[in-house]
Order: sequence, then structure tokens, then C-alpha cells
Amino acid sequence: MPETETASALHIVPPIALRRRITDHVMTGVAVLTVILVLVPLFAIFAYLVYRGIGSINWAFLTQTPKPVGEAGGGMANAIVGSAFILALASVIGVPVGVGAGVYLAEYGRNRFGDAIRFTADVLNGVPSIVIGIVAYSIVVLYQKHFSALAGGVALAIMMIPTITRTTEEMLLLVPQALREAAYGLGIPRWRTTLSITLRTATSGVITGIMLAFARVAGETAPLLFTAFGNQFWNLHANQPTAALPLQIFNYAISPYDEWHRQAWAGALVLIILIVSAVAAVRFAVRRGTFGAA
Amino acid sequence: MSLLGPTGEVGDQVFKIAMLLCGLAVLGTLVLIVYELVLRSGPSWHAFGLKFFAGRDWDPVNEKFGALPFVYGTLVSSLLALIIAVPLSIGVAVFTTEMCPKALRGPLSFFVELLAAIPSVVYGLWAIFVLVPILSGYVEPFLSKTLGWTGLFVGPPYGISMLAAGIILAIMIIPIISSITREVLMVVPQHQREAALALGATRWEMIRVGVLRNARAGIMGGIILGLGRALGETMAVTMVIGNRPEIAKSLFAPGYTMASVLANEFSEATGDLNLAALIEIGLALFLVTIVVNALARLMVWTVTRGQPSRANA
Repeated sequence: MPETETASALHIVPPIALRRRITDHVMTGVAVLTVILVLVPLFAIFAYLVYRGIGSINWAFLTQTPKPVGEAGGGMANAIVGSAFILALASVIGVPVGVGAGVYLAEYGRNRFGDAIRFTADVLNGVPSIVIGIVAYSIVVLYQKHFSALAGGVALAIMMIPTITRTTEEMLLLVPQALREAAYGLGIPRWRTTLSITLRTATSGVITGIMLAFARVAGETAPLLFTAFGNQFWNLHANQPTAALPLQIFNYAISPYDEWHRQAWAGALVLIILIVSAVAAVRFAVRRGTFGAA
Repeated sequence: MSLLGPTGEVGDQVFKIAMLLCGLAVLGTLVLIVYELVLRSGPSWHAFGLKFFAGRDWDPVNEKFGALPFVYGTLVSSLLALIIAVPLSIGVAVFTTEMCPKALRGPLSFFVELLAAIPSVVYGLWAIFVLVPILSGYVEPFLSKTLGWTGLFVGPPYGISMLAAGIILAIMIIPIISSITREVLMVVPQHQREAALALGATRWEMIRVGVLRNARAGIMGGIILGLGRALGETMAVTMVIGNRPEIAKSLFAPGYTMASVLANEFSEATGDLNLAALIEIGLALFLVTIVVNALARLMVWTVTRGQPSRANA
């Protein structure tokens, strides 16, 4: 590029060519337009969800099991409880393993082997959820010979582990080394230090990771299709098919009945409220955590 | 460590082994996934070999299985999603990092990330009852009138179509592409911008020359990550794509994807060969997403941790 032009620009500041100014304005306009185009579906989805959902949530929806086709009323109480049950199973399996793996990576994993685990966790994060469903099917359902809440829990646990592992590691690494050394200096064994000093200091961060993983799997449908399978009735046995909120929404949404469509919207609203409040709780906890540290 | 005395030593060993087992569980899970998929897709491998992915027939009754329509549906719906999502996501990222007032930045990225928190099944629900009627009532008739000559937009405008799947996928992958693009744009050194402005560039010229060009590789990584997400996305697509294993040129025609055939047929597979064929589709989906994700991570990594100024060459 000609340097003389630049030099003269410093002295006279020539007017920017009209074409360039117009291009600048047009591109700014285009950027604003893209933002609008992205936000429109977001607001459309939320608005429509609230509009259709609010009218359909009632006491029966929250307390009753589904009625047979053709009968009005009924609800998704069993699916809400079923979802909570499956998520609890998933957390019981996924949280200890995920946190443990994160502790390993942060405290012992500064080597090749640790890198392999890190890479594996990232890879697992990208595996489509439906594929995880196949695996849970072949390691649990095929042995039990029938669909079960446990199979659904295993599928969701597999999906939770990578997120929990990586955030736990990151949070533990933020804990100052001096804190660990102070504990060693007092003669506290390494395992005690990790549990009562390092992990405790990082608690709010670790919980954030767990909640994010939880929010991510709470709305998952695909891995439950052929693991938890769904159920029209109450069930709290880990080895029986169990209803789940996302499954119920899916089945009702693709059904031809208006009454079921209505309930699908109500279910979707309940699901979104659960997930958004989990995410909001995380944001709140993180903010308080950083204030506490400061 | 040896100074800590016997209890500490034993406790340390036990603790380390316990944590190691958790770490191994992560590795083991991946190995298990590969093992189960390979093992259980075996019958299909032996029966069809590589022709499995070239066959067009999917006929569980006569035990003839060909996965081409599903591969085609997955690729076309994902590409369509990228064509729609990429310009929008980059626009949003550029606007949030380079153009908008500081006060708007936080809320804007929060809203876009909120899109990522909506479960797939809720997208599908919305698509069935809002998007599809809009498509069949307004968009598809309009497209067939104006762009029908391309052959991409012909046929009856039912709404349930490849086009609907592409659009809902696009909405779903915008958050991931735009958040990674934003991250990448933010690591472009400030002096690149200042240099461009000092040379008399307008704001857009500064963004084009000083920012976007430096961030190319990272943006590409974000796009590929979005592709990985689109390829494996199941529920929303299953609800609007029509689920018919046909290869049609028109985007108004129904299609079928690898993920949605698994969602629809897995729990009612009629025989061992049917199940094996479905699992082989799962295996293929798994391998493709792994390659795509690894590639994407590598590209994002080179930008955020390498030297961005050298990407300009």
C-alpha cells in the first residue's frame, strides 16, 4: 500500500470516499439485522411457549397421570417425578465419577496420561446423545432384557461426566498452590488436603459445573427413547420402564390429539422453567462465589 | 510424601487409586462406546460390507438395508443449517464484539446463549406448531414461485420437509457458532484494530481487514463445531423432517436422517440384522462426529492459544 497516501492523510485528512462510507453503514445495518433475525426466533419460542403453556398448566396436570386417548384431563405428574428419578440416578452415577476424574486431572494429571483423559472427555462431549442411548441400551437393557429407569440414568450419567470432569479440573486449578502447601506444612496428608482444603475452596465452581451438566441432560430426549422408554403409570423402580418429561412431550407433540398437544406445551413450559432456573441459580452462585473470593 | 507417616501414606495411595479409577472410567466409557458399537453392528457389516452406505433400500421386512438416504438427509439438512446459521452467527458475533455499546454486550450474549439452553424436544414442538405452518402457508409458496426454476423448491408445500429441518437446526447451532466466534474475535489483539483505524479505515474495513481476517481459522473451527452438533441432532429434526427414506432434490420433500432413523426405529427393530444395521448407522454417526469435533477443537485451539498475528500470512 502506498505510504505517501498514509502520510498525507495525517496532514489533510481527506474525506473518506462516499462509497466506503456507504459500505460501512450498510455493513453496520446488516449486522444489526442479523441480531434481530437471531433474537426473533428466541422471543417467538419463549412467547409462544408461555402463551400456550400457561393456559394448560393446572392442578390436574401437575398431580395426575395421563388419561387414555379421548378422555379430557389427566396430567404429567408421573413424568415429572420420573424425570427427577432418572436425573437422580444419573447424578448418583455421574457426579462422583466426574468430580473424581476432575480431581485426578488437577492433582495428578499433569502428564501424557492426563492429556489422554482430557482429550477423551472432550471427545465424549461431542458424541451425539442418540449414540449414547444405543450404548446404554446395549450395556443395560440387553442384559436386563427390558427397558428401565436405570438404563436412562446410565445414558444421562455418561453425558454428564465430561462436563463435570472438565469444570472440576478448571476450578481446582484456580485454587492457589500456596493453600495446598500450607496444609502439607501442617502435616495434613495429601488426600485430606485435597478433600477438605482444595475441593472445599473450589466448591461453588464445582457445583456450577454439576448444575450445568444437569441442565444440559435434563431436557435430553434422544438417549431416553430406548432406555427409560416411557410409562403411562407411576413407577419408582430402577429396573422398570419409567416416564420422563421430555419423552412425554415428544410423544404428545407428534400425536394427532389436540388435548395432548395442549399438555405437550404445558410440559415444555415446566421443563423450560426447571432448566432456566437451574442455569439462573448457577449464574447467581457464580457471582456470589467471585464476590466471596474478592 | 514419605514424611507424612504411615497413615498418610496409605490414605494417599488409596485416594490416588480411587481418583485414578474415576479418570479411567472416562477413558473406559469411550472404549466401551466403540466396543459396543463395533461388536453389535457386526452382523450388518458381514451381510452388507461397504455397500451398506451405497444402498438406497431400507426394507426391514425383507431384511434389505441401505443407509444412503439417511446419510444424504443428514448431510443436506446439516449443510442447509450451516448456510443459514453461519452468516447470522458471524453477524451477531461481530455486532456484539465490535459495534454495540458496552452495556448491551452482556445481555445480548446472554440472550443468544439462552437459545442453547432450550431442549431439542421443545424446538421440535415449536417447529411443528409454528414454523411448519408458516413455511407451508407463506414461505414455501413464495419460494416455489420465485426460485422454483432451480429445482430445489418444487413440489407440494406441506411444510414438513428438509427445509424445515434445516431451519430448525440453524436456530439450534447459532449459539455455539456465535459464542465461539465471539471468543475468537476477542483474542484478536487490540493493536490490529488500532492499526487499521490509524490507516484511515472505516469501522467495517477495520473489522474486515483487522479482525475477521485474523480470526479466520478460529471462526472456521466454530463453524465445524456447529456442524458436529447439527450432524448428531435428533429430536427436533425427527419431528419436522417427515421421516421418509427417499433422496429428493427438492428441499420441500420429506427426508430422513441417520439420527432420526435411530430415534424412530431402534426400539421396535424387528430382528438381529435390523438392529445391527441401525447400530452401524450409529457407529458411522459416532465416527463422523468425532472426526469433525477433533478438527474443530484443533482449529479453535490454534487461534486462542497460538499467535493470532501469524494467521494473517
